Amino acid sequence: MTAAPAREHAIEARELTRRFGTFTAVDHITFDVGVGEVFGFLGANGAGKTTAIRILTGLLAPSSGSARVAGHDVYTESEWIKRRIGYMSQKFSLYEDLTVGENIRLYGGIYDLSREVVRERTTHMLSRLGLDAATRVQALPLGWRQKLAFSVALLHEPSIVFLDEPTSGVDPITRRQFWELIYEAAARGTTVFVTTHYMDEAEYCDRISIMVAGRIGALGAPAELKSQFDVGSIDELFVRLARPTAGAAG
Amino acid sequence: MRRILVLAWAEVLHVARDKATLAQALLIPFVQLLVLSNAATFEIRDTPLYVVDQDHTSASRGLVTRFSASGNFTIAGASPSPELANERLLSGDVTMVLTIPHDFERDLVRTHAAAVQLVVNAEKGMAAGIVQYYASRILTRYAAELAPALGGGSAVPASTESGPRRGAAQIDVRTRAWYNPTLDYRHYMVPGILVALVTLIGTLLTAQNIAREKELGTLEQLNVTPITRGQFIAGKLLPFWVLGMFELAAGLVLGRVVFGVPMLGSPFLLLGVSAVYLVAALGIGLWISTIVETQQQAMFVTFFIMMIYLLMSGLFTPIDSMPRWVQVVAELNPVRHFVAISRAVLVKGAGLREIQRPFAILAVFAAVVFSLAVRQYSKRVS
Repeated sequence: MTAAPAREHAIEARELTRRFGTFTAVDHITFDVGVGEVFGFLGANGAGKTTAIRILTGLLAPSSGSARVAGHDVYTESEWIKRRIGYMSQKFSLYEDLTVGENIRLYGGIYDLSREVVRERTTHMLSRLGLDAATRVQALPLGWRQKLAFSVALLHEPSIVFLDEPTSGVDPITRRQFWELIYEAAARGTTVFVTTHYMDEAEYCDRISIMVAGRIGALGAPAELKSQFDVGSIDELFVRLARPTAGAAG
Repeated sequence: MRRILVLAWAEVLHVARDKATLAQALLIPFVQLLVLSNAATFEIRDTPLYVVDQDHTSASRGLVTRFSASGNFTIAGASPSPELANERLLSGDVTMVLTIPHDFERDLVRTHAAAVQLVVNAEKGMAAGIVQYYASRILTRYAAELAPALGGGSAVPASTESGPRRGAAQIDVRTRAWYNPTLDYRHYMVPGILVALVTLIGTLLTAQNIAREKELGTLEQLNVTPITRGQFIAGKLLPFWVLGMFELAAGLVLGRVVFGVPMLGSPFLLLGVSAVYLVAALGIGLWISTIVETQQQAMFVTFFIMMIYLLMSGLFTPIDSMPRWVQVVAELNPVRHFVAISRAVLVKGAGLREIQRPFAILAVFAAVVFSLAVRQYSKRVS
């Protein structure tokens, strides 16, 4: 694992805020993610993780503050950002009525990859995952789907990949396999921005932030945070930070 | 371009693998065309007629024979009692009562004029009008037949219940129906019904399409890709456009083979117009789909629009007889223009010059609707 301090930033967020009416989902968050980092974005349900990820991927406009992703502004250059990022949403979003191969070809075409490149990467991907191109996606168990969705998100070799609770509901063995895939991507230089609420997964990240009610409650490498807050585990830290608003968290 | 094609190709796979959608798209329109084309006729045959003949003369029997021989009426009952006739009319098993009073023949001979009474059940307004027209036509003809026998060049005026008394002079009006000489309603209705069916199916499929992706969550994945809004809408439109073109072409062949629909004009001109028309019709479906959040909402809006489409299309009721403001609104109905064009080309043999106005309107419509759908579609969530 490389925890090297990044010279340049893949993501820079400054006072980034998003309100829905009177509710502030993301409340003046500021953080940087270094190039090649595995950045864990933690928080209870409803803490604002998905809203933040949607702003960074260009799906949602911020209310105020600023952010740059892969060097592009989220207000004005969201379509440029989209060329540089991969995204795996919380809800499985490949086409279930298409086969594995058809889904890959569809996204390869949308990302302007040549047929040869798509074919080559498909072969590589399928042998790595142990999947058959002709399998209908609806026939795949959840863990396989998640691995496929992640691999499709990496198909165009983005510089940053956003993963929104990729391992939610997945068994522990498949979770480990999934994290192996994350490390492989990071080793190729891809920046990984991952949300989770499995605290053991937080330990796999280079750095983490813990969101509490729209704000960042803690930010740093897991080991640093544990000594800084004098806790034995990230789990303990999480509970301590989340408790004041535990009643509001849903 | 490749993005449009891969998106369209994925769409073809979605439709091909969903048996319900496939049947809806490929089978149902043709079945409906065959069924509805037989149902949509304004001709009324075998109207049940009750005869109250109080005269019992050769003249009165002759009149009854003319009615029964016309093909438009069948004698459902006869008696000299008006009460019995009223009962049958009330119960609804006869539509018209013909009353021939005493002294019908005597009056004819003496005064060259006699009255008969026609009572029509007008619950079905338009049908009643047509039945009344058939009846007065029979009466007029019978009068003309009798005139020479009675001498003096006069004829039998017949009176309907509220109608004016007809004068003795006869004007021989020979109606010749241009463009549809045999007045076969199906020649006129089949192209219209085909257009309506293809529009309904196309609009429904496109309106549900993006809404479905919103529900499934697959749209979010597309929204984080660099695909442009125009490419997205074009990729969604293309497969349904091809489907619509196929259905229109196949439907025309079916109309020609099964119903003998004339093709006086160029079928290629009609297909050219179809190409433009489908962009407009399907564009409206996609526009709906970009606005709504769920497939259910899409269905609701589609059916609402469909009612306007059909009732203001000139398919069943002529637009010329609608109030002025409705006629203006009807100009915004693409179905109306396409129905007019398809009838003009097929039945009248119209060329490009004759249809240029509605064609131009459709072209503008297509361009506007496509741009609206593109503008309405947002890659950001709200």
